[in-house]
Amino acid sequence: MSTVMAGAAPDAAIDSKLLLRMYRRMVMIRLFEEQVNDLYTRALMPGLAHLYIGEEAIAVGVCEALRADDYITSTHRGHGHCLAKGAAIDRMFAELLGKEAGYCKGKGGSMHIADPDTGNLGANAIVAGSAGIATGAAFSSKRLGNGRVTVCFFGEGALGQGVVYEVMNMAALWKLPVIYVCENNMYNEYTHVSEAAAGDILGRGPAFGVPSESVDGQDVRAVYAVTKRLVDRARNGEGPAFLMANTYRFMGHHVGDISREYYRSKQEEQTWKSERDPIKVAADAILAQKIADQAALDQIQAEVKAEIDKGVQFAMAAPYPTVDKVEQDVYA
Amino acid sequence: MPETALLVRGAVRELTLGEAVREALAEEMRRDPRVFIMGEDVAEAGTAFKVLGGLVQEFGTDRVIDTPISEAGFTGIGVGAGMTGMRPVVDIMFGDFAGIIMDQMANQAAKIHYMSGGKWKCSMVLRTTLGATRRSAAQHSQSLHAWFCHIPGLKVVMPSTPYDAKGLLKSAIRDDNPVVFYEDKMMYKLKGPVPEEDYTIPLGVADVKRVGDDVTIIATSSMVQVALGAAKLLEEHGVSAEVVDPRTLWPLDEKTLIDSAKKTSRVIVVDEGYGRYGVTAELASVIQENAFFDLEAPVKRMGAMHVPIPFSPPLEDATVPNERTVCDAALALCGK
Repeated sequence: MSTVMAGAAPDAAIDSKLLLRMYRRMVMIRLFEEQVNDLYTRALMPGLAHLYIGEEAIAVGVCEALRADDYITSTHRGHGHCLAKGAAIDRMFAELLGKEAGYCKGKGGSMHIADPDTGNLGANAIVAGSAGIATGAAFSSKRLGNGRVTVCFFGEGALGQGVVYEVMNMAALWKLPVIYVCENNMYNEYTHVSEAAAGDILGRGPAFGVPSESVDGQDVRAVYAVTKRLVDRARNGEGPAFLMANTYRFMGHHVGDISREYYRSKQEEQTWKSERDPIKVAADAILAQKIADQAALDQIQAEVKAEIDKGVQFAMAAPYPTVDKVEQDVYA
Repeated sequence: MPETALLVRGAVRELTLGEAVREALAEEMRRDPRVFIMGEDVAEAGTAFKVLGGLVQEFGTDRVIDTPISEAGFTGIGVGAGMTGMRPVVDIMFGDFAGIIMDQMANQAAKIHYMSGGKWKCSMVLRTTLGATRRSAAQHSQSLHAWFCHIPGLKVVMPSTPYDAKGLLKSAIRDDNPVVFYEDKMMYKLKGPVPEEDYTIPLGVADVKRVGDDVTIIATSSMVQVALGAAKLLEEHGVSAEVVDPRTLWPLDEKTLIDSAKKTSRVIVVDEGYGRYGVTAELASVIQENAFFDLEAPVKRMGAMHVPIPFSPPLEDATVPNERTVCDAALALCGK
């Protein structure tokens, strides 16, 4: 049971409709994040913005393998997770701009999007802060017998937090339906993973009897296939799993992280962007398998762009919460 | 329970505070299948203080759950379970472990309701302990409840009698917010009347434990019995002391405290936590801001000395207020 399984090959059986849907969802996240970058650099968005560009295949592949009522927890780099789990573009933008119409009435912001309707237990600005919550949700699902699975997204930086190992231990002891998805984008903020994580990352799960796998996080088909298997397993009462998705953060740690040469080279960035862009990987597969032609992909791009534009316009026009709301929602 | 009328009909028994806590948990677990207990040695051992004995026999290990020694981890699991349809009661053996769990309580449990615009709720109870003089030294004797009082989104409950402990714990379990419930380790054997019939005590209602005219002693948890003892000593000096127990530090029943202060015009606040930036500072400021012109003297604060709790018995005993020191402070306040 405590095995490291081989990385899953892309499942040839993934049907064309699913692949196109995942492609569209990845494009949505990409364009959403580019719009965030634009809003931020034009000083139209307050606060912090941690972009998910380059990592889209993980959120989309994982969430496609989930039921609508399954749970996720997310991170400070969480826009992609929320959108992949079904969040609406307009209310996402509204939250990022601190507007009343946002998912959290403007009280959460970019790092705290939460939404019971899509099973989103909340993005979390404490690294590994949601590990306990995710495991607790899985505990509830097991006790209530509702068949729900929880995915806990976190970056490889969270591997430095002890609470991750505490809850993995209990999830294994109690066979809880939770998948720990480690998005290894190689940088803990501005520090390379090799300086932060000793030993074999995939060796951590088996130490607790938690089956662990790694996957090419740039290939949405591979992410979907392996997640589907782990989710089915968890739903069948076989317990937790650990999935490391290897990926790359195309942008800085946050929007303001412009000069990055002191911690990684431009050439490294360029290589990932030109050779390992998850949207291009998916597009190449779609074209090669003749699922759609370039014109159809361009059409998807244009349709999503129109949705994004509409969402931003909605958020920009939406009112801020009135100051009398500041003391609401402290207590239930 | 001096001076406090039990507004109940039917049989009343004497229970210890520990028995009252156990009875509250058992009744709530019978009433609501979503309620469960998790913590270190809560099942067969019935906790290190033997408070929960018998619960695992009735409810099984699915609902009375022994955890690994991973306070942050299982508190976090409690937060997530409390958000998704369960009603966890998380047992943290010693309040000194607050540092280990603080992110789960202060950044997760306390904030999820607000950060989600009121959409997620976290209904959980964190039971833990406070109190010195058990010869347990610096890491097992602190009273750190002020830490939780400081955080918006948390409620903090501090029972001082078996009756209050049972009624308040039942309310805490039924509350839709994270509630930190403090039990004084030295009070588990304290006996008091507890009715057999079902009752709850709302959070946010103070209780006048003793009626008096000359000085108000506002006391919390472990210090309520100390205040009542001091009141008896004061009687011998012809001083009539009123003892007011806030029972919950948040929500706080300011009105009962202020009314008593206005009536007696002299106030001492006694709490076993550290005085500096602590509960006594907050309660004293409530009095000063609202009853200043009715006061004959500045509000006196008494709490733990500002030192790590020492092991050596004579040193440890010197760090916390007792009947004598509270009595002396009251006499000084009354000019006697």
